[in-house]
Amino acid sequence: MTAKVGVITFPGTLDDVDAARAVRYADVEAVSLWHGDHDLSGVDAVVVPGGFSYGDYLRAGAIARFAPVMGSVIDAARKGMPVLGICNGFQVLCEAGLLPGALVRNHKLHFVCRDQWLRVENTQTAWTTRYEPGAEILVPVKNGEGAYMADEPTLDALDGEGRVVFRYVGGNPNGSRRDIAGISDPTGRIVGLMPHPEHAIDALTGPSDDGLGMFLSALDALQGAPA
Amino acid sequence: MAKVVVDVMPKPEILDPQGQAVARALPRLGFDGVADVRQGKHFELEVDDSVDDATLAKIAEGFLSNPVIEDFVVRRVSE
Repeated sequence: MTAKVGVITFPGTLDDVDAARAVRYADVEAVSLWHGDHDLSGVDAVVVPGGFSYGDYLRAGAIARFAPVMGSVIDAARKGMPVLGICNGFQVLCEAGLLPGALVRNHKLHFVCRDQWLRVENTQTAWTTRYEPGAEILVPVKNGEGAYMADEPTLDALDGEGRVVFRYVGGNPNGSRRDIAGISDPTGRIVGLMPHPEHAIDALTGPSDDGLGMFLSALDALQGAPA
Repeated sequence: MAKVVVDVMPKPEILDPQGQAVARALPRLGFDGVADVRQGKHFELEVDDSVDDATLAKIAEGFLSNPVIEDFVVRRVSE
């Protein structure tokens, strides 16, 4: 089976090209998905990439969640298809209700753009099995509305169930509750994070190749999955 | 047609850095005595008479606001 991973492009998406490149670096076929498509072209997983979908009008991700392609992604995700939301993609997955909580304006109002250390807190998800437990990875973070917010019972549940997948180390860039950089759904197949693993797949073009493990993990998950 | 106003505000427990930035700017501009500022969104909708209150609530709750972080108030301001 040749795995195929779809990468969505909304109006205002910026990081679809890098996300598709990261998918190809993992020896997986990358399939472009347009926001107006209902059909997912037979892909086995989907990456919702970063950017400013629909100008981030109203709220980041609020309009993108109603795009035709997202209806199909939400249906497929609920049936178990792996989905990764990066940055604006994470915001879209939260707005869509596939992940709990919300991303709000950074605590100091600055757009933060820097290389950021993260600790991989859960290596059981479809997107993180290639990492050692507790591994620290260096990937870029770049956002203005990246502060993860949820009510205390939700935060307690995420912590208690091991659904905090990535946590900021060496300084919290945006005021995220409990230093949360990324979370998963209860199945571990849907993951969202604010930092950008797709920008860190080759030391030539990024601060490290630490992000590639996420795409290789997805390859493992898809190849291990029954056809 | 009716005019409907929807006000969306960050929940009290949610940090509002934009409101805080406005609050901090006021004394610098010579305006004293403003203890706090919260910043939200104000929507004005022109709606057909066929749009009932339940539909307006759905619009406000499901789209104009994110109930995780925001509260909303729907008001009909004219008939």
